[in-house]
Amino acid sequence: MKQLIILSGKGGTGKTIITAAFAHLASQGRYANQVILADADVDAANLELILQPRLLEEQDFKGGQLAVIDQETCSSCGDCQAVCRFDAINYNNSQYMIDPIACDGCAACVYQCPTESITMHEQLVGKFYVSESRYGPLYHANLFPGQDNSGKLVTLVKQRARLQALDDNRQLVLVDGPPGIGCPVISTTSGADLALMVAEPTVAGVQDMRRVLQTVQHFGVRAMVCINKADIYPAGADEIELYCNEFGIEIVGRIPFDLTVATAMVAGEAVTAFRPEAPSSVAIAAVWAQVIQSLMEIKG
Amino acid sequence: MRIVVASGKGGTGKTTVATSLALIASEQESVRLMDCDVEAPNARLFLNPSLDSHKEVGLLIPQVDENLCSYCAKCAQVCQFHAIAVIGKKILIFPELCHGCGSCTLVCPERAISEHLNVLGVLESGSAVHGIEFAQGMMKIGEPMAVPIIRELKKWAPVVLPTIEIRDAPPGASCPVVETIRGADFALLVTEPTPFGLHDLKKVVAIARELGIPAGVVINRDGIGDNAVEKYCIENNLPILMRIPMERRIAEAIASGKLLVEAAPEYHKAFQNMFETITTEVKI
Repeated sequence: MKQLIILSGKGGTGKTIITAAFAHLASQGRYANQVILADADVDAANLELILQPRLLEEQDFKGGQLAVIDQETCSSCGDCQAVCRFDAINYNNSQYMIDPIACDGCAACVYQCPTESITMHEQLVGKFYVSESRYGPLYHANLFPGQDNSGKLVTLVKQRARLQALDDNRQLVLVDGPPGIGCPVISTTSGADLALMVAEPTVAGVQDMRRVLQTVQHFGVRAMVCINKADIYPAGADEIELYCNEFGIEIVGRIPFDLTVATAMVAGEAVTAFRPEAPSSVAIAAVWAQVIQSLMEIKG
Repeated sequence: MRIVVASGKGGTGKTTVATSLALIASEQESVRLMDCDVEAPNARLFLNPSLDSHKEVGLLIPQVDENLCSYCAKCAQVCQFHAIAVIGKKILIFPELCHGCGSCTLVCPERAISEHLNVLGVLESGSAVHGIEFAQGMMKIGEPMAVPIIRELKKWAPVVLPTIEIRDAPPGASCPVVETIRGADFALLVTEPTPFGLHDLKKVVAIARELGIPAGVVINRDGIGDNAVEKYCIENNLPILMRIPMERRIAEAIASGKLLVEAAPEYHKAFQNMFETITTEVKI
């Protein structure tokens, strides 16, 4: 079983569009019924908007803790506020109050409170889902707006996807990743066999691609790059190639800018299924062929 | 006044809008632009600031003086993040798990714990075009936590206190976005008229509402997708402050690092109007 993750650094470069297209393409060929899908972008999960899956299982995801002050026993000494490094304790109307948005859940206040008036409460921060999509089982989640612990939820989504792949003896876990290079990206990278970077040939896209490439290399995961919207700024595409050549990273295709992508998204279809002859679909199919071949050649 | 530019979905044009808004606002006001997308900061590519001020930032993490330590393990008991462990007469500290809350230091009966800075990233600042003061946070490769860097960036004192502060937010809708929006007076939400744009916009609107911050919407790449974003904005009383139609020449100019108002000067007036609307709204 192999795990392919799709990352980008910069947001909005086309990770989800390409993941959905890969899911479709896999279902058409020798990898039909061999794929488990996972959406690791838990705070802005969009793969389900294209796949429109049927929900099979839903679970609460409990995350960090929140401090609560018992006003009955609180002596208003202010020790809690003095130790809080997150500016989460406010003094209003002669009461100390926790700001639930600012509270980090560290419990430092709990241990300093002389009247033992502060307790920690576990919070429901999201939902975890298992669904059945037209291209295979989908593991996904919804981190509630503004919540912490996205890395842990990503880990849960990926673990469950991986376990089902092992149970069913499927060959591929295909993971749609989050933007950026931080906690959820690191959780996504963990255990991956290959990372496909969806790079955008813009000054911002080139910059962010470098940072995410350095991040996956830091964790020892092999990477390949495809250039999306490749014709929008040829100088940017050249810069991506130069960088990749310098660091020995393979470029597996250039996908042209194509408004069919947005039309397919509104229709709730993978672009390669919606209009297989569209320029973007043709290019994505070529990228898929190369990526899947390289992935299956990786030993171990 | 503090205006935060956020979006939910990535790549909708936050930085495009934030940088042009900064430029227009600087015609009348003193402006500071803070790039809070510390994982992938890009605003400097458009504003070309001198970055002559640097500051390493991170979290204060514990170190234990084993000559004083009695291995009582109180530190490990109070740590909510399993960042410190005591196994027999061995102490293990996991910097990447530590939130820097200081609880272990406070409870140690032997006063064996001191703290040192674990560097997570760097803050950089300098002046950009039109006298805009620019500041950004840049997370170190391989570090997981963005929030402490954003927190420090917000606290970093400017050279001159600006009348307008513009914060360019990271994508998504989790804790780094909340930290960026916290304390702002207005949330300018940039989206695109697609199912992805709408889905993620709703999550950022929920954050702005929970924080009690008024919000308005910019629809970028207007004309692609469908009209569901517009419908949502009307139903939810979110003013649409600007529309930027999908035009290839704009996409190409921004790809090359040009500011929107420079590449398409006809947007100058639209940004002025939007800026006025926001300042009026906030005063009310």
